[in-house]
Amino acid sequence: MRQGRESTTSARSGTSSGRTENRSADPRRGIVRDALGIAIASGAYAVSFGAISTAAGLSLPQTCALSVLMFTGASQFALVGVIGAGGSVWAGAVAAALLGSRNALYGLRLASLLEVRGVRRLAAAQFVLDETTAMAIARDDPRQSRFAFWATGLALFTFWNVGTLAGALATHAISNPKMFGLDAAPPAAFLALLAPRLRAREPLAIAIAAAVVAIAVLPFVPAGVPLLVVAVLVSLYGVLRRAE
Amino acid sequence: MIWAGVLVASASCYALKLAGLSLPQSWLQNQRVQRTVPLIPIALLAALVGTQTFSVGQHLVLDVRAAALAVAIVAVVLRAPFLVVVAVAAATAALLRVI
Repeated sequence: MRQGRESTTSARSGTSSGRTENRSADPRRGIVRDALGIAIASGAYAVSFGAISTAAGLSLPQTCALSVLMFTGASQFALVGVIGAGGSVWAGAVAAALLGSRNALYGLRLASLLEVRGVRRLAAAQFVLDETTAMAIARDDPRQSRFAFWATGLALFTFWNVGTLAGALATHAISNPKMFGLDAAPPAAFLALLAPRLRAREPLAIAIAAAVVAIAVLPFVPAGVPLLVVAVLVSLYGVLRRAE
Repeated sequence: MIWAGVLVASASCYALKLAGLSLPQSWLQNQRVQRTVPLIPIALLAALVGTQTFSVGQHLVLDVRAAALAVAIVAVVLRAPFLVVVAVAAATAALLRVI
């Protein structure tokens, strides 16, 4: 869900508990504690997703369906953000899928650790996220890795959906979300997701360039298309940079 | 229409997660793929920040959301937690509208 900040925290707490657990009796207890900590923080974040999604005009079932079925934070925020800004739902869907592409790389890292087949693989796939990957790869023992993956996935899924429901219900009770500044919430949410990824000069330059390009093309193309322009340009940059 | 988008986007995101677990490792281990994919969220999130702050539909506008973003940037630089960043931005917009 939470991309950067939380995966770094979870990776950090993961290592620390991994170390203490070597001495204590049951390493699983430490893993469960870490997983719950991450899940509770994500639940609070899901409350804001439920609120923003409802303010964007999605119904309660649609909002909750996103958290159950899509279950990857940045993509969910992108979809409802584009809809809320008046863009087409399909532009939002493409942005959501593009943001979900990094999960494929997490799956790649997890594949050899989890060794899941058949139905278990289908279930595991839904839990392939920043946090579960960080928790799983922080362990030395494959059995602990697998336990950390499932524990974090289940805890996250639970708190993420409860938080979404709470945020959506609370916002349904508000007649005018704009009065509470909820239209200013999505950009702040995207910024908070982006910030942990900007610790070096290159990502910062890419972020600024992407924002400028998106704003510059916005008046000339349908809503949502600026995101696609940016996605194509950054992909070209990524591929061509290696060719030098 | 929204339902169709919700379901298609959810299916796409699930397919990407499953692809990572299922595809031959060599497909995704390509150096260029490894270096390019992490850049996509950075560019998209930044584009979302920019477009959602400075536009209504297809029109560029400058309103209280810009001030809210400025406050959010300060909060992020001070390493405030996620919810605090969102809350101070929303509160800034709400307050400026009241004034």
